[in-house]
Amino acid sequence: MMAHMKKSPWVIHYDGSSCNGCDIEVLASLAPHYDIERFGIIHTGNPKHADILLITGSINEQNIEVVKNIYSQMPKPRAVVAIGICALSGGVFRECYNVQGGVDKVLPVDVHVPGCAARPESIIDGIVKATAILEEKKKKMSEEKAKKEVE
Amino acid sequence: MAKRIVIPFGPQHPVLPEPIHLDLVLEDEKVVDALLSIGYVHRGLEKLVEKREFPEYVYVIERTCGICSYIHGLSYCQAIEEIMKIEIPERALFLRTMGSEYSRMHSHLLSMGCLADGMGFENLFMNLFKVRERIVDRMEASFGGRIIQGTCKVGGVRKDIDEESLGSIVTEMESIEKELKEITDVLIKDDSVKHRLRGVGMLSKEDAYELGAVGPTARGSGVKIDLRMRGYAAYDRIKFEPVLGTGGDCHSRTAVRVRELFQSADIIKQCAKKIPDGPIEVKYTGNPKGEYFSRVEQPRGEAIHYAKGNGSRFLQRFRIRTPTFANVPPLIHMLKGCDLADVPLIIISIDPCISCVER
Ligand code: SF4
Repeated sequence: MMAHMKKSPWVIHYDGSSCNGCDIEVLASLAPHYDIERFGIIHTGNPKHADILLITGSINEQNIEVVKNIYSQMPKPRAVVAIGICALSGGVFRECYNVQGGVDKVLPVDVHVPGCAARPESIIDGIVKATAILEEKKKKMSEEKAKKEVE
Repeated sequence: MAKRIVIPFGPQHPVLPEPIHLDLVLEDEKVVDALLSIGYVHRGLEKLVEKREFPEYVYVIERTCGICSYIHGLSYCQAIEEIMKIEIPERALFLRTMGSEYSRMHSHLLSMGCLADGMGFENLFMNLFKVRERIVDRMEASFGGRIIQGTCKVGGVRKDIDEESLGSIVTEMESIEKELKEITDVLIKDDSVKHRLRGVGMLSKEDAYELGAVGPTARGSGVKIDLRMRGYAAYDRIKFEPVLGTGGDCHSRTAVRVRELFQSADIIKQCAKKIPDGPIEVKYTGNPKGEYFSRVEQPRGEAIHYAKGNGSRFLQRFRIRTPTFANVPPLIHMLKGCDLADVPLIIISIDPCISCVER
């Protein structure tokens, strides 16, 4: 499963407008019982160091700029994992007046992790999938670069 | 006079699991003023009562906050039951009490874990989360879910616990207590932790009272308020005393939480022994007409749920006053005059729950 991983991807977590449920599951997957660190995945607070953005909760009026800002600071290649049904579609709060919808309204989401709250197992699964996507993106980037050099 | 500068703190910050924004006005290293702006997590779920039938709305209210979801559900059901004059069976009341105490334990462990992380004490964070996993596992087995339970409903609870599991809850709790003792001793007695937390974020008893602090923030300063003493659910049949601290600093608030962990463990054991046999829910008919203020003690303090029904399937008005909302004025008070490096710790020490504040 992990054969494609050559480097340790670092993750950053941002809470959109979630209820906290998915956030504490993200925390739980960092802690001993689930422990994503065994895949070399480390949590960071700085977007400039991060490869994967974990985002929980939906998009609203005020956090839309924050989400875009964090994403734009991340170096390429980068991947986005949307966690919980809130981040997928708005979920339980879909009909609330301040909820605009899922994260894919503003960011290109690579992996969707369902659940309310999403279980740590599925979060880990999502992150591992994202690492594969990351490798692919990297390959594509270097191919493009090589092409340019030839030209 | 030193030059004043403004430093933005948040909404995305390494120690904060949730978005909150502070503009810190600094003079050298000292914070002279803190301006709070919120609204990053606002969803507007109170208005959703107009679109969801009242028995169904429990699912939404539980998602006000994923940490104390059980108690939010309980409080809402309590309000509707009071309006509709529904008598809840004894067994359901005991089950609700146990559910609340389990949430309190997992919430306190989470908050202490974040505090340890904020101090840079990674080992302690990991250990606290290890114990928390045992509690969350039990919640999944007995109350319906790791984080969001969905077992409370208007008229009782959905899930019963059989005799055998009640026995294992008691023995398991004893072993959890033993494990907790070892780990929490570090939080209370370790010199470096003491050095980091003592005298940081002072809140005097008078200030705590006047600014309307609630929960461990108030009790850490010696104000005796604990809504459980009012005896909702089955708390009137359980023996316990509010835990009080005296210091009024971050250390005192943490110590209160530590002692409350053991208190909750004790309450759970008492419940498991005293729980009577019988049904766990009652059937009811009709719709709520009238209004009620339901007050409960959450891990972070007093929460108030106001519900008003007009005799239809949909409530007319619903409002929540959450504990962190009440703890924001004391927080701003504590931040004034502190060092910049202490800001994250002080914020975590009130155990903020932003999704509760903004709903
Ligand atoms: S998906 Fe569910 S648990 Fe997760 S943030 Fe949304 S409401 Fe909370």
